[in-house]
This record gives sequence, C-alpha cells and structure tokens, in this order.
Amino acid sequence: MTATQTRPEETAPAPPPVLSFDDVLLEFSGVTALNGVSFTVEPGELFAVIGPNGAGKTSIFNVLSGVYRPQRGSVRFGDHELIGRKPHAIARLGIARTFQNIELFSNLTVLDNLMLGRHHHHPYGVLAAFAWLGKARRNECANRLAVERIVDFLELAPWRRMPVGLLPYGVQKRVELGRALAAEPKLLLLDEPVAGMNLEETEDMARFILDIRDELGLPIVMVEHDMGLVMDLADRILVVDFGRPIRTGPPREVAADPDVVRAYLGEQHRIVDRS
Amino acid sequence: MSGRLATSYGQDMALLNTPAKRWWTLVLVVAAVALPFVLEDDLLVVLATAFVAAIGAIGLNIVTGYAGQVSLGHAFFLAIGAYTAAALSGDPDSTRLIGFGITSLPVWLLAAGLVAGLAGLIVAPLAARLRGLYLAVVTLGLVFIGEHVFKHWRDLTGGVGVGRPAAVPELFGLEFAVDGAMFTKAQKLYLLMFVLLVIFGVLARNLVRSRIGRALAAVRDRDLAAEVIGVDVTRYKMIAFAVSSFYAGVAGALLYVMIGFVEPGSFNLALSVQYIAMILVGGVATISGSVLGALFITLLPRLTRELPAVLPFVSSSSTAGGITVFQVEAILYGLLIIGFLIFEPRGLFGIWIRIRTYWKAWPFSH
Ligand SMILES: Nc1ncnc2c1ncn2[C@@H]1O[C@H](COP(=O)(O)OP(=O)(O)OP(=O)(O)O)[C@@H](O)[C@H]1O
Ligand SMILES: [Mg+2]
Repeated sequence: MTATQTRPEETAPAPPPVLSFDDVLLEFSGVTALNGVSFTVEPGELFAVIGPNGAGKTSIFNVLSGVYRPQRGSVRFGDHELIGRKPHAIARLGIARTFQNIELFSNLTVLDNLMLGRHHHHPYGVLAAFAWLGKARRNECANRLAVERIVDFLELAPWRRMPVGLLPYGVQKRVELGRALAAEPKLLLLDEPVAGMNLEETEDMARFILDIRDELGLPIVMVEHDMGLVMDLADRILVVDFGRPIRTGPPREVAADPDVVRAYLGEQHRIVDRS
Repeated sequence: MSGRLATSYGQDMALLNTPAKRWWTLVLVVAAVALPFVLEDDLLVVLATAFVAAIGAIGLNIVTGYAGQVSLGHAFFLAIGAYTAAALSGDPDSTRLIGFGITSLPVWLLAAGLVAGLAGLIVAPLAARLRGLYLAVVTLGLVFIGEHVFKHWRDLTGGVGVGRPAAVPELFGLEFAVDGAMFTKAQKLYLLMFVLLVIFGVLARNLVRSRIGRALAAVRDRDLAAEVIGVDVTRYKMIAFAVSSFYAGVAGALLYVMIGFVEPGSFNLALSVQYIAMILVGGVATISGSVLGALFITLLPRLTRELPAVLPFVSSSSTAGGITVFQVEAILYGLLIIGFLIFEPRGLFGIWIRIRTYWKAWPFSH
C-alpha cells in the first residue's frame, strides 16, 4: 500500500465523507434489489462493493447516478441530496461512472466519446455553435487539450480517430474509463472494470486505477468480481447479498468473516487472495 | 506551448482541414458558379430547386439522422415557412389575402425560419417523450392537421385550387424573380439559392461538429448513457426539433419562390416522404449526404420524363395507356429507399467515401 493514501482512522479530526449512502430501499414490483444498504466513502478512498450475481451492486450505482429512484433512504454527496435529481444533474455535480456492459457511443470516435465526457465543461450555446468562430472554437480547443491528456494517460493514442465500435473489448473498457475521467469527476464509479478481460488487460487496468487514486487523489467506488484485484486495491470493502449489507471493513477482515464466506460459498464462489 | 497546441487543435477541427478537401471544395464552388452561364434556364431552375430542397433535407437530417428522432412532420414545417414568407411579403392592399408588403428577403426568410422553429419548439416537449413508431405517428398527425387548417384558412392560403403567390425575393432593391438586363430570372435564382445553401450548409456543419452535435449523436446512440454523462436528453431532443423546423421553414419559404405559387394541398405526407427519401438516399447524419440526396431526388423526375421516348410501355399521361412516368417515379422512390436501406445504409455519401478512400487524396497523394 502506498503512503500517499489517506486512511480514515489516521486523520483526526476526520474530514466529512465524500458520499454517504444511507439506509436505501429499492424494490421492483416484487423484487427487492436493495434493502437497508448504508455506507460512506471517505476522501481519496478506494471503496469496493462485492457480492454474488444479482446481489444489488449495479443497483447501488444506478441509485447513485439517478437512474433508479429508491423507495426509502438518502444519498448525500457533499452538501447535496442526490435522490430525486435527474442523472444529468448528478453528473454535473461531479459523479462519473463506467458501466458493467460497455455503454459507449459506438458510432463515434474515441476522441468524440471523450469529448462527450466533458459535455458540461466549457459549455456554449446553440448560437455560438452555429457561428463556431469565437467562443465555440475556443472552448472546443480547451476541452480537446484536456481530452488529449487523458488519451496520453490511458495510452489510447493509436485509436484516437477510430469509431469505438471497431475497437477490441479491452480497449473499449479503457475508453469508457477515459470518458468518465474526462468529466474531471469528484467521485468515480467503476462497475466491473476488468470483467471479461485477460490477465494482461486486467493488470493494465489495475495500474490505471491505482494511478487515478494515487495521482489524482480521486475517491473511487468499484464493483468487481475479481477478488484478487479487490483484495489488492481496495481500502475498504462492502459485501452485499440479496440486497442486504453483510459486512463492511478492510479486505483482510472481510475475507475472514464467516458470513461473507457463506454468502460466497452459497453461490459457488470462493474468496482467494491471488497475491 | 499550450497556445501553440490550441492553434493546432483549431486547425485540426477546421472544416477544410486537409489540402485535398480545400482543393475539391474550390473546384466544386467554381463549377457551381460557372454552371448558370453554361446550362439552359429550365435546368438551372431544377438545380436551384434542388439547392433549396437540400436546405430542407439538412434540417430533417439534424432531427432524424443526428438525433435519431424519426419525423414525418417535415411537410408541416415547410408549410409554416412558406406561408409566413408569403404572408409577410404579400400585397398589403389585397382584399382576398393577408399581406404585409415586406419583400426584403432577409426579413421574411429569417421570420419564416423563426416561426417554423417556434412551432417545432411547441410540439417538441411532446415529441421528446416519444420515440420510434409513436413519434412517427404523432408527427404524421401534424401533417394531417396542417393540411386541414391550410385548406380552410382561405385568408392565408387562398384555398384549394386557388392558392396564393409565393414570397417576393428582393434584396437591397434587386428583384430575383424577374428577368433582368444582365441575368435571366433563372440565373439569378440559381445563384441566390446556391449562396443560401452554402450559408445554411456551413452553419449546419458547425452545429454538428460542436458539443451540440455530439450530444445529439449521443442521444441517438444511447440515451441512457448520454443522460448519465450529463447530457439533458429532453433538452437536446427539443433543440434538434427546433433547429430542424427552422431549416424546414427556411426551405419552405424558398421552395415556393422557385415555383412562384403556394398551393395548400401540396403539404402532404408525400412531401414528407420525399425528404425522408433524400436523407436515406444521400446519407443519414451527414450534411453533404443531405445535399447529394436532395440533388438526386429533385433531378430524378427530369430523367424519368425522358423515359417515354426510350421505353414504349411508359407514357407521359394516364390517357395514353400503359404505365405513366408519375407511377414510375413513385415506384423508383420506393425502390431507392429499400435499395439504399439494404445495400448502402450510408447512402450516396457512403459510396463517395469508398471512392475517396480508393483514390486516396488524389491529386495530393505524393
Ligand atoms: N430494472 C430492473 N427491473 C427489475 N428488476 C431489476 C432491475 N434492475 C435490477 N433488478 C433486480 O435487482 C437485483 C439486483 O440486480 P443488480 O443488477 O443490482 O445485481 P448485481 O449485483 O449488479 O449483479 P451482477 O453481479 O450480475 O452484475 C436482481 O435481482 C435484478 O434482477
Ligand atoms: Mg451488476
């Protein structure tokens, strides 16, 4: 573990959490996706959410980004209550995410996808767009400069001008991360960033995630099935099963918890620390 | 450092960012300006009409091609533009028709676009809730309502079979719709419409390469992801509708200047379908494709009119027996739409891209 990260228990007085997810209930006609899930994310923390298939992990993200509206609970981000806000308004507050199943604009190039990530930075209106010269051109240049930095950071240069639909899966996953980073978020949500990747792609992605946390100091919430990755990277882990929170804590404690082991064994999973 | 970079991004994002593009654009412009001194007047009129249709097709392509909202209501917005312009420039002393005597082209053209754009903005909140087939049906409803209103509002439209004179194109004292000492009416209208197409074409290209254009494409491809990255989907659907209707209004005003006359029965579903055909044949979500498609669909009747001379079973009127040129045209529209959808979904523009890739950047390939 690197020395730069801030551990909540080391800093006193503790700064307020970046995010507090409090007692959320989410039901879909009969199915309870989340039931009493609570957690906080501290500044600079890499917080992982794990659990068997259908446990409700993606639902947590969908509540966070305003796609689903829970029946009960509260989600506070800084000074803002998120529940009841539209997704685009939440994005504007500084939450960016990737999706479990890639949600890129596949007809558009890598550059355009990343530029879309910066949609609310340096904005300008329809009339300025028609005229182009002046404000639109200036702001496009500013955004382009920021996007090119991300292209360099994520090593996407060879594919910059290609439609993302034509790119290999692993690269698309990286472009999606780039689109989220382009927004310069205050909180980053990653839904299974290495799912379906081979070992080499997984290692690359792990390196990028570490760089993002260490260099940008960005708090991250990550859903992931790859236990090796979670155990290596996460500061704290939340385990959910059937929409209920089972345990929250540092990796080693969580892995030793008998309830957690049971939840996973029931699903034919096993927590194995790869290191 | 960052200043230099910014300039180079500016150049990279320019419309004509390669020598080949600049060269070909120059060739095209020179050819287009030379044509009125080479071609017969009747062909010039057809070409000028095609330029106007291209402005309308660009509008439809913005809402349907870029934003993915299938609209069958284009004829309705063309009508609003046509009547706004005709009424503004109409004879104020007429006892039969509404008229304000404002013949200045920039005034009535802008007004036509704005009134149509406003109409688009009014229906947009409804349209933004719908998609696919439902949106198509609702916009089709607009055409039916419009047809009914225009047929019965005699003060504005003159009524069925009578109609009213189209807008009078006049710019700083120069009359375009009459023969002059230097240029014929056809030559003047051709050049006017060409300049207007260039203006509205460049404006549209600016829009689609901007953050607005990207947001429209995002809404079309994945509206959920668009919303989650911060694009207000409803707002952008409304923008698409308003801009598209503005272009339709401008095109509607000019289209009837070419004909000289506005007939209320002409704003029907067939007119909307013609514009759908233009963007499908030309190329969905491209500005140059809209122009190609409009040229193709507008010039097509010129070719089919020649058919009776070549094919004995095609006749020029229904009394002469056999199949008429009009039927051939209708069948051709259908075949073209089906053919392009199946074999070349990117339209004429897609074919052009393939030719261009084949020739690389000739004559700058070395
Ligand atoms: N839109 C929806 N409508 C109905 N049920 C839903 C919806 N979204 C999620 N669910 C249900 O909620 C539960 C939790 O789903 P969720 O996608 O959050 O699981 P997950 O933990 O992300 O699973 P996985 O590991 O497979 O991605 C599942 O039972 C799922 O079927
Ligand atoms: Mg999931």
